[in-house]
Amino acid sequence: MIFLKLFLTFFKIGAFTFGGGYAMLPFIKEEVLANGWMPLEEIVDFIAISESTPGPFAINMATFIGNHQGSAYGVLGGIFGAFCATLGVVLPSFIIILIVAKFYEKFKNSTVVAGCMAGLKPAVIGFIGSAVLSIAATVFIPMGFSLEIFKSIDFYASAVIFIGALILTFKKVHPIIIICLSAVIGIAVGYLL
Amino acid sequence: MRKKLKLLLTVFWVFFRIGAFTFGGGYAMIPLISEETVNRRKWISESDILDIIAIAESTPGPVAINSATFVGYRVAGFWGSFFATLGVVTPSFVIILIISYILKEFKELKAVQYAFSGIRAGVLALIIKALWKMYKQCPKGVFYYVIMALSFVAVAFFNIPVIYCIIGCAVLGLVYSLGLKGKVEK
Repeated sequence: MIFLKLFLTFFKIGAFTFGGGYAMLPFIKEEVLANGWMPLEEIVDFIAISESTPGPFAINMATFIGNHQGSAYGVLGGIFGAFCATLGVVLPSFIIILIVAKFYEKFKNSTVVAGCMAGLKPAVIGFIGSAVLSIAATVFIPMGFSLEIFKSIDFYASAVIFIGALILTFKKVHPIIIICLSAVIGIAVGYLL
Repeated sequence: MRKKLKLLLTVFWVFFRIGAFTFGGGYAMIPLISEETVNRRKWISESDILDIIAIAESTPGPVAINSATFVGYRVAGFWGSFFATLGVVTPSFVIILIISYILKEFKELKAVQYAFSGIRAGVLALIIKALWKMYKQCPKGVFYYVIMALSFVAVAFFNIPVIYCIIGCAVLGLVYSLGLKGKVEK
């Protein structure tokens, strides 16, 4: 039953990721790929959409994937799928914070919580690093690595866009502007070359 | 009763606006949440909001949901949490649903496909920037570098499920800060 599966998967993601935002990406990627819900390229495309629309990344991602999977059952199925996934990702937070809010003082000064966080903060960086690696592979070598790749225009176009975007983002240019520029270059390269 | 209902609606509306107008996820919301709830509505004190944000970051789940639930609870108990969370989620949910349908319509267009092949390379840069920001905020030291390397290698090369790595790293962090760290410092 896809709806229950969506709810449970996103419940697990919501319950076990710390730090929010991109910290969820490795986990989402793993679950989506393991379930065969969509290819990595589609997740990356959606990250661009999520960056250009308001709202938390986790909610955007859950709504999108839920809708995508539920749509096999029609429009209402799509909406219900989005609902199940979003409810799943929100519910653990909601329950945990309600409990924490009651035991606020204890939680605030807890050495156990601080200790776990000391391990989780650097771990999240490692996880995202591994996601970066697999996204880099889908961007630069979508068909797998071979020497042929150095003859493909797409490879060089991607490299130029990537380096340009990296410079711009470190110069604090807004992500939406970077995404629009990347799209324009992508379209130009597609039609002209 | 009516006063309570009005308060709940205000909570919903405040968080709905926060959800509708922040781009870039949870961390981008924090300044807005403190502006609305501390300065404008005076629901929360300055020092409390800092604690709430710290807790939102050290509990699982999206930071935006955690802080909305927490602030809502402070303002009006359980139903405050409920309406704050509903408020912050609703704009995303509706906008993404609409976009999902639009995307399905236009996905087959050549121009859209070209655009996304460019966008993917740009997104990669954005994620690296986010990673760099998180790295800067992370405490430094041998222990932290070892955990970073271990979790990277475990997921990237050994395909160990993220969930086990999360549990493992939390335990290592706990052992380190309760035991080893104290000894080393003494």
